[in-house]
Amino acid sequence: MDIQEKLSILADAAKYDASCASSGSKGTRAGSRLGSTEGMGICHSYTPDGRCVSLLKILLTNYCIYDCQYCVNRVTSETRRARFTVDEIVRLTIEFYQRNYIEGLFLSSGIIQNPDYTMEQLALVAKSLRVEHQFGGYIHLKSIPGASENLLEEAGRWADRLSVNIELPTPADLQALAPEKKPPEITDAMDAIKQRLDQYQSDRQAGFKVARFAPAGQSTQMIVGATATPDLEILKTASGLYNQQKLRRVYYSAYSPIPHADARLPGMSPPLVREHRLYQADWLMRFYGFGSSELVAESDGNLSLEIDPKLAWALAHREMFPIDVNRAEREMLLRIPGIGARNVDRILRLRRHHAIRVSDLKKLRVAWNRTASFVQTIDHNPALKQLDAQGLKDRFKPREKQLLLFDTGQSALDGEF
Amino acid sequence: MYSFVVQSFAEWRSCSRALLNAQVPPDQVIFRDSPVQATLFDDESAGEQSWSALVRVPARGHKVPQAFLDLAHAVSCHRDTDRFQLLYRLLWRLTTNEARLMEVITDDDVHRLHQMEKAVRRDSHKMKAFVRFRKLVTPEGEQFVAWHRPDHRVVRLVSPFFSRRFPAMNWTILTPDESVSWDQKELRYGPGCSRDHAPDGDELEDLWLTYYGSIFNPARIKVKTMIREMPVRHWATLPEATIIDDLLNDAPRRVAEMIARQEGHARSARDYLPAHQTLKSLREAAKTCRGCDLYCEATQTVFGEGPADARIVLVGEQPGDQEDLAGRPFVGPAGHVLDDALQQAGMDRSEVYLTNAVKHFKFEPTEKRRLHKKPSARESSACRPWVDAELRLIKPKVLVCLGATAAHSLIGPGFSVTRQRGQFVRSDWCEHTLATYHPSAILRSLQSESLRKLLIDDLKAAKHQADNS
Ligand code: SF4
Repeated sequence: MDIQEKLSILADAAKYDASCASSGSKGTRAGSRLGSTEGMGICHSYTPDGRCVSLLKILLTNYCIYDCQYCVNRVTSETRRARFTVDEIVRLTIEFYQRNYIEGLFLSSGIIQNPDYTMEQLALVAKSLRVEHQFGGYIHLKSIPGASENLLEEAGRWADRLSVNIELPTPADLQALAPEKKPPEITDAMDAIKQRLDQYQSDRQAGFKVARFAPAGQSTQMIVGATATPDLEILKTASGLYNQQKLRRVYYSAYSPIPHADARLPGMSPPLVREHRLYQADWLMRFYGFGSSELVAESDGNLSLEIDPKLAWALAHREMFPIDVNRAEREMLLRIPGIGARNVDRILRLRRHHAIRVSDLKKLRVAWNRTASFVQTIDHNPALKQLDAQGLKDRFKPREKQLLLFDTGQSALDGEF
Repeated sequence: MYSFVVQSFAEWRSCSRALLNAQVPPDQVIFRDSPVQATLFDDESAGEQSWSALVRVPARGHKVPQAFLDLAHAVSCHRDTDRFQLLYRLLWRLTTNEARLMEVITDDDVHRLHQMEKAVRRDSHKMKAFVRFRKLVTPEGEQFVAWHRPDHRVVRLVSPFFSRRFPAMNWTILTPDESVSWDQKELRYGPGCSRDHAPDGDELEDLWLTYYGSIFNPARIKVKTMIREMPVRHWATLPEATIIDDLLNDAPRRVAEMIARQEGHARSARDYLPAHQTLKSLREAAKTCRGCDLYCEATQTVFGEGPADARIVLVGEQPGDQEDLAGRPFVGPAGHVLDDALQQAGMDRSEVYLTNAVKHFKFEPTEKRRLHKKPSARESSACRPWVDAELRLIKPKVLVCLGATAAHSLIGPGFSVTRQRGQFVRSDWCEHTLATYHPSAILRSLQSESLRKLLIDDLKAAKHQADNS
């Protein structure tokens, strides 16, 4: 099989992985002859699915000894199989990088022989790139749950980021669709990475010169919509991961119909809007001080598909509004619909100079139609009288649902809105 | 009235410094960025005269916030002709009576400065992202050349980034306004040029297009997002853009295929399990199992046999030729090997429960006989509900997996019989689970005697464990 054919099989198999960002590394590795990690998160291209191409995202192989039902590579799937050699991946990465196609490599793999063997191969790719080619670009390795700790150590030495996929939002989901993957193995792997990261930091603070360990931290991905688990459970799992495992990012991947899928899985994907709402909620938890339970207002434990979670929260807590933009503290400003964190900081700076008017907010380009009914300014804000109106919520509902499906606002990947 | 032709941040800076010294207010100055334009309106010497008059004024110190200088640097790359005018007006206001002007971001001038800076920043970012080098092999070595068309004059702003990123390559970026080259030592700027000066292909582009087409998921189309992030005017210099139409046209077909090719365990033994489960009811139900296609060719289902309270359960791979005809497990040549080994280990066949991971015989018909064929992962997973049910009922003290198929199915796919044979591990059904060779391996092996000994040892260990727990 030639390299082109392998690439088409092993990139195709990687397309269900949501993580793509090449961010989080501070400073490029010393002595690099090719590549840097400055200019974080450059997307070199976009595909018609609206996702960015930042990294060469491929699998080492799509052979796998496991039988996870949501995965196209599971052992019982009759998909075409291929395997790259370590050398082939190294060459592809270097050549693509030299043309400025990519920011680096995202390497994952089906599990072959056993977790240790697979992990060893992944680490070898990264080591060869760093040591033989003085490659300074971004490398993200997917860790294999169950691989031994010294292999994780080795991988973290060469990679910028390590991740372990949590796969499904709850242990029960995992038991149902991937009984061979054990939740403890997954969390053990995350714990091991976290401990190494902590260790690295405290050694550095104590003044020791220690080898870098995954400077961009760790992330994870969960598949959403393959089971009936509601958003609230999903967000609770995510918030646990942020708090306990100190993960940098949790990626949500809307379950997408995969070829050779198990017939028990949904044939069509749930709306991408749901994935988008989860990213928004995730963003609100990380940067806006919201708790997972606050964000889910619907009685079935799901986020509203029609309006964004911050607006939904505001509508359900109208007693907290209007918020006076000239007096309110930062935490409260952050809760105003349509105003992002950057604008909150600008408002705080600006109001030291003059009292804020509606026109100031409009100039700051807040999403005025969402903001209007919730803020008090120094001048008259006519939209305020709608705050207590019964039908306020309807004003925000999208006129046509279909539109929403294909135009889900800002980048679904960074969740910013 | 003063008039200047200014093209770079540095030029603007020295001009403005002199103007400030002479306390020339903004409405007394005109900045232009091209000499051609200047000659249209007034005579060229006017600017020079005023300049020589200005430099005679003694210098004074002017303090401006660093934030302004950073912004000004970026804005000086904006394509708008009045950018230097705006910068001077702001500078004037900052240094006369509005020292904290930069904080008033809703002020019209400050706001405009930010808008321009944003446009430049975005354009610089796009340049970092969308430059596509093409490799040329020349007698002097490899040369990487790109053609790019930025909206603003960002070449000088961005090229240091490329020199840090590609220090060990010789590269050139051509744009309509300006070009820049790096020879692994320094950046050299030159005139702009048209696209035909750039190479128009690279052997790697086919691979890149393959990657681009494969990493795209046709089940999630978001063209608007793509166009917002990758504006169409850049497509001309992006090789992958040539296949976007094809990808979109083909997407519905690919999705339909993804959904149509659904397979897997729509069928599995699960659908044939009886509601009330005893070994007897399971055995009856298994006779009619259609959980996978193996039932079609095989003679009959070969279910497990042995006492319902057996302390030891042995699980093999699948029935063989003779088992298929007899309808009982382990009656052929491998069964004899097993019987013999059990006996040597001090056990009686009647006290253990014997079964297989897959309940139907899989074979390849040849002229003389039916050749045993290993069951696929799909078949063993389809059949697993039967073994699961048997083990749930019997709850053995010790579970022995004979061979890799049983071990992978019951212990885990990562289990290696060669390396972990004879060790007790925990499985979902039994605290003490052990894997050993399948008796048919002994029949086929050249070292059959040493393998037989290991099988007997493992069975002894199993018995010992069962006796003591
Ligand atoms: S091999 Fe198993 S699953 Fe397949 S038909 Fe036979 S008993 Fe059913």
